[in-house]
Amino acid sequence: MERTTLDLWVGAFVVAGIAALVVLAMKVGNLGTYNVSDTYQLQAYFTNIGGLKPKASIKSAGVLVGRVTGITLDTERYEAKVTMSIDKRYRFPKDTFANILTSGLLGEQYIGLQPGGDDAMLKNGDEMKHTQSAMVLEDLIGKFMYSKAAENGSK
Amino acid sequence: MPVIKNLRSIGHRTVNAVWRLGFATRFFLMTLFYSGPSFRRFHLTIREMFFTGVMSLIIILVAGTFVGMVLGLQGYETLKRYGSESALGSLVALSLVRELGPVLAALLFASRAGSAMTAEIGLMKATEQISAMEIMAVNPIARVVAPRFWAGVISMPLLSALFSALGVFGGYVVGVVMIGVDEGSFWSQMQAAVDFQHDIMNGVIKSVVFGVAVTVISLFEGYDAPPTAEGVSGATTRTVVESSLAILILDFILTAFMFRGD
Repeated sequence: MERTTLDLWVGAFVVAGIAALVVLAMKVGNLGTYNVSDTYQLQAYFTNIGGLKPKASIKSAGVLVGRVTGITLDTERYEAKVTMSIDKRYRFPKDTFANILTSGLLGEQYIGLQPGGDDAMLKNGDEMKHTQSAMVLEDLIGKFMYSKAAENGSK
Repeated sequence: MPVIKNLRSIGHRTVNAVWRLGFATRFFLMTLFYSGPSFRRFHLTIREMFFTGVMSLIIILVAGTFVGMVLGLQGYETLKRYGSESALGSLVALSLVRELGPVLAALLFASRAGSAMTAEIGLMKATEQISAMEIMAVNPIARVVAPRFWAGVISMPLLSALFSALGVFGGYVVGVVMIGVDEGSFWSQMQAAVDFQHDIMNGVIKSVVFGVAVTVISLFEGYDAPPTAEGVSGATTRTVVESSLAILILDFILTAFMFRGD
């Protein structure tokens, strides 16, 4: 058995194909940008999570610090329990606010963390006490119309 | 009695179709069973990879680039209306990686390499090379069919990855270089939207499944072709029709499993 030019062509083809996969993974996909290396888990309860989905991003001051890992309904409190994994490099005070925000007017929803002033830091498995639920557009419009009606009535 | 005659022909066709399906299944299992030599004597598979994979490169690369360019152009026109041109990158990348890359690469592969495989094996059978092998105690499935099968299955995901990568490049050329969408948001939105496991790996799985389907159909049609000129030409036509339909139907089924509920 000897090496032939055919082998060279097939080898080049395989290398090109694998290179394309690597390019897709690194440049197009998220493998190169965000690697969940070391994380710790936090929990938070929300009365309404709106359109939040698992894998949604968690940002603080606009910087991506983690991902939502699970969303379940706690039937004791009838509130949504959101589990999130946060990058170990980032520590947050105990009185951090967790808000569900929307990127842009029609964009996807994410959790924004607003650090408080507490000296004690959140540990793995801790719960964030201060949360603000998602804004639901229908509720907002309903409130607006109600207040308008009340305004007109008082005139 | 024309009614009886029609009924008889329907029955005959149905039985024939089931018969062929059974034979095709046995053919597929035999191919898997006699796959050993295509790895022990890997140069057989390498040779077929040259003819199916390397020779399909030009059409895949050119088609991928132009599909990406069209996506960039059309996507921009639609997204502009909502003022979200920055989402162009994620639109181009998601549609290529999830659907267009695997499906279009497989359709091109079926018409470029699948038809050639059918014609080659059909002619081998018509010129009694297959029977000659059997007389020499060479298993034609192990010697002729299995290497082509594995060459197709290995080539298909590589071709589809190249298609998607070139497509993203084409979308970049049209979107960023020609129209002037912001380069930073083009790439960052793309990277935010495309998940490696969920999107890229599922695309690879799709292309492997399509590779199996296309090569099995092509090889079987060739092997089952009547040993005449019309028989081979009919088998080649059936290969392209059946593999195209199989790709599109399988794509729907796979998509329903992979991307449901999000």
